[in-house]
Amino acid sequence: VAQAHAVDHPMDTSTGIDNRKLFMWLFLASDCFFFGSFIATYMLYRNRSLEGPYPKEIFDIPFTSVTSFILLMSSLTMVLALSALQRGQLRQSRVWLLTTALLGMTFLGCQVFEFTEFYHKGLGYSTNLFASSFYTLTGFHGAHVGVGVLILLSLYYMISRGRLQAKDSLVVELAGLYWHFVDVVWIAIFTLVYLLP
Amino acid sequence: MADTQQLEATRSETAAVEDEYPHGDGVVHEHPSNAVYIRIAVILGVITAVEIGLYYLERLGINPIALGSSLIILSALKFGLVAAFFMHLKFDNRIFTTFFVGGMLMTAAALIAVLAMFRAF
Repeated sequence: VAQAHAVDHPMDTSTGIDNRKLFMWLFLASDCFFFGSFIATYMLYRNRSLEGPYPKEIFDIPFTSVTSFILLMSSLTMVLALSALQRGQLRQSRVWLLTTALLGMTFLGCQVFEFTEFYHKGLGYSTNLFASSFYTLTGFHGAHVGVGVLILLSLYYMISRGRLQAKDSLVVELAGLYWHFVDVVWIAIFTLVYLLP
Repeated sequence: MADTQQLEATRSETAAVEDEYPHGDGVVHEHPSNAVYIRIAVILGVITAVEIGLYYLERLGINPIALGSSLIILSALKFGLVAAFFMHLKFDNRIFTTFFVGGMLMTAAALIAVLAMFRAF
């Protein structure tokens, strides 16, 4: 009974905070280290390649700007999905969730296109230090986006089946936190990897 | 039997609490309206456009350190806006901000230490 009480009564914790939300924030804080280590490695290696292609020769800034904008706007649709669910507008929430998932998939499609273009320009995974650190960093970010899309589609399915109601908005809020985190990581990557002179 | 009744009572009590405090931290939050979210998204879009404009200014021979600093400041501004408004850090329990900012600061310290160790700057 004590265990069930602890699980079923989220406010009855030593912090007074739902453990799921606390865990999500701790996970996000730890994920900062995950991406921080890859960003540090990239910044260390990006100008130390002995042979090309080099970043300046290969990046297509207008294209990456559009994909960045797409991911940025997916954060807006995500927060609108949560807002609609909290107001009990399940249909609107589903539409925004699906839109967010579609924007995420578009971002992933653009990333696949970008990687393919780079490969055809001679930038394989082990071509040089820049390539290895760039593909590892942006590839892991893409993997995070992929997981996020799966979570969003699962939530869409659950709301469609009536398994999520307005009172369960914390579940969507947690998914939203993960999605926004993926977005803020890309904000950092876009500046540090693509734009920084 | 008594245990089952107690568990059921706990569950209904929990449901009532979750209905009242859907954010899971025992506090009723005033989240922004959709209009505020849209305004923030527009600001984020404008900052991104400025960043891209700054990137092309490099060709005009502007000091790369000034340019880099400006880009990092704009990026941090975007980061902060998303975290504060979309992730609701501005409105939620401060312990979440402490965790997240703590993680960010430690990551930044580790990043600078690694770059300094390998004389990247």
